[in-house]
Amino acid sequence: MAYFSQQLINAITLGAIYGLIAIGYTMVYGIIGMINFAHGDIFMIGAFISLIGFLICAALGINSAPLAIVLVLLMAMAFTAVYGWAIERTAYRPLRGSFRLAPLISAIGVSILLENYVQLAQGARPKPGGGSIVTGGFTLFSSDGFDVRVTWLQIVIVVVTVVLMAGFTWLIASTSLGRRQRACEQDMKMASLLGVNVDRTISLTFVMGAALAAVAGMLFLMYYGVVDFFIGFLAGIKAFTAAVLGGIGSLPGAMLGGLAIGLIEVFWAGYFSSEYKDVAVFAILVLVLIFRPSGLLGKPEIEKV
Amino acid sequence: MHARLPRMLKDSAITALVAAALGIFIVGFRTYDVGKGLTFDYQFVDLGIAVVTIFFGRLGLLLAASGLRWPAFLLGTVLGAIGASPLKLPSTFLHWFVVFAGVFIILRTIWPFIDEAAAKSQRSAAGASLKQAGAKWFGAALLLIAVVLPLTPFADQQTMDLAVLILTYVMLGWGLNIVVGLAGLLDLGYVAFYAVGAYSYALLSTQYGLGFWTVLPLAGMMAATFGLVLGFPVLRLRGDYLAIVTMGFGEIIRLVLLNWVDLTNGPAGIGSIPGPTLFGAVFAENAPAGRQTFAEMMGVPFNSNQRLIFLYYIILVLALVTNFFTQRVRRLPVGRAWEALREDETACKALGINPTNTKLTAFAVGAMFAGFAGSFFAAKQRFISPESFTFIESAIILAIVVLGGMGSQIGVVLAAVLLIGMPEWFRDLGAYRMVVFGLAMVLIMVFRPRGLVSHREPSLRLHPVHRRGSA
Repeated sequence: MAYFSQQLINAITLGAIYGLIAIGYTMVYGIIGMINFAHGDIFMIGAFISLIGFLICAALGINSAPLAIVLVLLMAMAFTAVYGWAIERTAYRPLRGSFRLAPLISAIGVSILLENYVQLAQGARPKPGGGSIVTGGFTLFSSDGFDVRVTWLQIVIVVVTVVLMAGFTWLIASTSLGRRQRACEQDMKMASLLGVNVDRTISLTFVMGAALAAVAGMLFLMYYGVVDFFIGFLAGIKAFTAAVLGGIGSLPGAMLGGLAIGLIEVFWAGYFSSEYKDVAVFAILVLVLIFRPSGLLGKPEIEKV
Repeated sequence: MHARLPRMLKDSAITALVAAALGIFIVGFRTYDVGKGLTFDYQFVDLGIAVVTIFFGRLGLLLAASGLRWPAFLLGTVLGAIGASPLKLPSTFLHWFVVFAGVFIILRTIWPFIDEAAAKSQRSAAGASLKQAGAKWFGAALLLIAVVLPLTPFADQQTMDLAVLILTYVMLGWGLNIVVGLAGLLDLGYVAFYAVGAYSYALLSTQYGLGFWTVLPLAGMMAATFGLVLGFPVLRLRGDYLAIVTMGFGEIIRLVLLNWVDLTNGPAGIGSIPGPTLFGAVFAENAPAGRQTFAEMMGVPFNSNQRLIFLYYIILVLALVTNFFTQRVRRLPVGRAWEALREDETACKALGINPTNTKLTAFAVGAMFAGFAGSFFAAKQRFISPESFTFIESAIILAIVVLGGMGSQIGVVLAAVLLIGMPEWFRDLGAYRMVVFGLAMVLIMVFRPRGLVSHREPSLRLHPVHRRGSA
């Protein structure tokens, strides 16, 4: 029981991070129907900017953890968002109206470009850092001589995720930007006829997705205490799996899918074998796409001629 | 001055600003390990030079685009000269960066003239017939070069190594071309079948002592079976979902190879795989018991190049078989069904083509050729490990197909020479190879989505007329 509870707590934390990344996939897919293959690498960029941000904070003598976290969070979100914007502007926007697989191929190119750019600029070796900013925790309960611990960091991760999720749900549901996004999602041509600036709305979607990925990147850095240029690949695929599992295009679905993937990964590693935990996630992705491509909360897609 | 100049300056400034924002953390601060944790130093000079170059580069492109050719040309020349000059920039990369910016502007300036000249020459009768003859003879000329290359004095070990590598990718590209180019299925896990072929040969030869020529068809069949088994459930999926699922399969196979230590020896890989034999003769200095070396059989002195040249001809023949098969199958009903399916699936269904079966054949045939190539790879390397079969390999093969122009056979050759050969020739740029790779994929999609060789001969003409204008 204690082991189970501990795994559950770890799984929820991990799931929250995946969920944040998954939102970027789901929003972009919802609005322009493309898989933004480079989104995982945007997350990686966010993690690197956070790492450097924490180093700068330390160099400037900012010792208060909450202040450093808020500063780095804002910085990482802002600068990662520029990446999201620039990538959409240069690599995806010219391809609207090209053949269907063109944006995906372009996105794979962006992904390779980003990974190797970071590898060149920062080196290939894993970078430790950020792991000792929020430490400590408390014991929830113990049974069978096993302490179930919750760390403060896990609480921070879950709280940040919940707050951001609530904020985004509100933003999509009841602001004019959210209405514009939903309008573009339903019918881009009609929305533009009615005066919605479609290009701008799509840009903003990418900016928001990248900012959320940056938050996930920072939380990931603090949770694992190490990043390298390749983390985006696996995390991106897992988050994409989460988005598909929850129903691509659906915001609550992305969060739900993230939690599910976190649970599957942690429990598989905890009870079966940690070597095959990634295989389990890939298998889930394949199974969901085959048997229920619309996911848990998604609407079935109707193919138009 | 030109009325649009202020706007151009503003645009360039914004571009430079964005570039600065992109680079400030990742490039501006370089982190490095100091035993107990990280520290960083500043690289603002590098970043500054890059940003200034981007500013002038953007300005040059805008000038060229708005018809101000001479200022643009001048700007390009100045940038190129600065980059090439002995001026001390902080890194070699920056030199290259500035030079490329200059060359890019100059190309953009003269592009309209090239474009127009090309169009004009194509319109003229002589140009059209020349182009037709060129397309016809270019392939034959390449083939001739490929056949005689090992006999020429250039064929030292380094060249032959590179040639074998390029041909392996040509073969993989042609194999993937069946799946992506003809059938229109984006397969991001192609390397999985390559891995299946390689491990089939490695295991069968080291465990059961089977020879290369026995295993080659087996490996192809094995890979094709994998293609069928993996393809069957997923080929009903739509394009981009299919791409992601195939990538998932590719990763699953790699992870299984990595973790199933009893069978595959895990990350340590499989070593001492025997090479291919010629009528039972081995290519080594000393033959194992009961075998004959090639040198003994032919009565010539031993030369380590013999093995490479032999490998070269094997992969050349394998690649040509792939090409020949593709050319032929395009005229068969199944090949036509592939292409029809790529163009319009719904129409195909209405005409009674079973899309799942048709796609499955393309998938399995493509996998089979990857299996052949994989078993060749194992025989050539003599050592394989899961590291050779990562996602990036799939992406490289896909990039070759895409760059070549999906469905174009000669395009794949050009793209393979360009993408695999170039980084080997320009060793300096080796570290930047993958960056250029990714960038090239994006640029091709944006500017030339149909690839280098965009012209594709239709497999079937409604009216067999060749005059321009009437088709």
